[in-house]
Amino acid sequence: MRRLTPYLLALPSWMWLAIFLVVPMVAMASVSLQTGNAIDGFAMTFSFSNYTEAIGRYSTQLARSLLYGALATVAMLVIGYPVAYFIAFKAGARKSMYLFLLLLPFFVSFVLRTISWNFLLADNGILFGTLKGWGLLPADFHVLATTVAVVGGLTYNFLPFMILPIYVALERVDPRVVEAAQDLYATRAAAFRRVVLPLSLPGVFAGVLMTFVPATADPINAAILGGTSNTMIGNIIQTAYLTNLDYPTASALSFTLMAVLLVGIFIYARALGTENVLEAAAR
Amino acid sequence: MRGGRAGDRLLHLYTWLIILWLSSPIAVMILFGFNDKRSKSNTTWQGFTLRWYAELFDISDLTTALANSLKIAVASTVITVVIGTMLGLALGRHRFRGSGVTNFLVFAAISTPELVMGASLLSLFVSGNVPRDSVTIIVAHVLFSLSFVVVTVRARVVTLDPSLEEAARDLGAGAWATFRLVTLPSIMPAVLAGGMLSFALSIDDYVVTSFVNGSTVTFPLWIVGAVKTGIPAQVNVMGTLLFGAGVLIAVGNAVAARRRS
Repeated sequence: MRRLTPYLLALPSWMWLAIFLVVPMVAMASVSLQTGNAIDGFAMTFSFSNYTEAIGRYSTQLARSLLYGALATVAMLVIGYPVAYFIAFKAGARKSMYLFLLLLPFFVSFVLRTISWNFLLADNGILFGTLKGWGLLPADFHVLATTVAVVGGLTYNFLPFMILPIYVALERVDPRVVEAAQDLYATRAAAFRRVVLPLSLPGVFAGVLMTFVPATADPINAAILGGTSNTMIGNIIQTAYLTNLDYPTASALSFTLMAVLLVGIFIYARALGTENVLEAAAR
Repeated sequence: MRGGRAGDRLLHLYTWLIILWLSSPIAVMILFGFNDKRSKSNTTWQGFTLRWYAELFDISDLTTALANSLKIAVASTVITVVIGTMLGLALGRHRFRGSGVTNFLVFAAISTPELVMGASLLSLFVSGNVPRDSVTIIVAHVLFSLSFVVVTVRARVVTLDPSLEEAARDLGAGAWATFRLVTLPSIMPAVLAGGMLSFALSIDDYVVTSFVNGSTVTFPLWIVGAVKTGIPAQVNVMGTLLFGAGVLIAVGNAVAARRRS
């Protein structure tokens, strides 16, 4: 009985993960190779052309999603690193207060936060409407329905996921190591570049992973802030599944997206060194 | 923070600017819940009113959507906490065949993009002719919350001293009594943290839910559906109340944790 305990404890979760994570992936793989339509049903025809057709038709949106995801990730890294650095090294006893303030937006639903940006950035809303009233902005100035709005929304929404892992990595840096570098006549900048930055790389890796994947696949920011000319692959997949009921195309696109993301992560992991990756993944 | 160098002060100021930026949509949401607007759109300030608080439940589909979200969040949290804690205990305490595969599955469930998770679940339900309703939503919410509970509980279990449980058994406690009186109380903070996270993830989810909802509408789905026609101020009020409740629970939990230690 004692030897059976771990299996019995793990059984319900195993079943859940097997039936609702593994089997659906297989189902999606199968659907992505079928042909047919929603009314007459779909039949397996092993049409790998579903992939080439879907990618050909939506290559613009696929490339745009990767670009927006990458832009937002870089922006988050640049904006977030100094914040993580400040909280880890300079916030003293107030660390947990700052972390709490950073997490405050998560108490408001993702969708509502994004809509609040839609309010704030509205062409004649509280911000731009007022500035236009004062004559500080031309009447046709707008941010909504532009690339800036979508990338800005993505940056805003996922920023804490970049800051937290970097903070965790920086928090573990022993301040005496930095002092030692300075005792050995390293300038503050050199001590940062040669000591602190390399030690924080696992956190950067985890942060990039936690933000790039969801930002690239996110359909909400493009739908609420992007207008009609900034459609991302997430919106295409949603429409193909839910409106057009074109399950094969949608499945093929989902797989393509996942494959592209996995390949991206792999290349990125190789560039950064596999040891860092394993360490980051183990956390 | 002792004054110190100019660079540190600049960094301090910068951090506060970022916090201000992150919080500004919350301020807008709360403020426009008090806006005495006349038209359908709620983007310009037209005076203070408490009308939307009084008429909070006047839009019946919105109220239903919020109620659905709360029910689904409670149900999926209970299931997730029970089965996730069990797996967390198994992984943290025991060595067994298949634990490597299990760890991989837990990691895969966290790292699969929500969109792909939703799409693949819909593929399964379509292939199997499963009708989509609140049950399929709960299934999906358990799936994406499960790993977070497992990881939190496992992290706590590995720090526990096994001799405590042995002592309980030496004193004649059975397996169940040992679990209830020794193990469970010591992993409780992790179980609660995992539960709160599951609840928050469930009530907030739009992407996965949009694939598996059928005709059941949740709070985030209702809001997205209303974007084109204009968001009623009641949504701001509900968001404000949920925000207030969440902050109260988090602060209360932190205070209680400090008192315990």
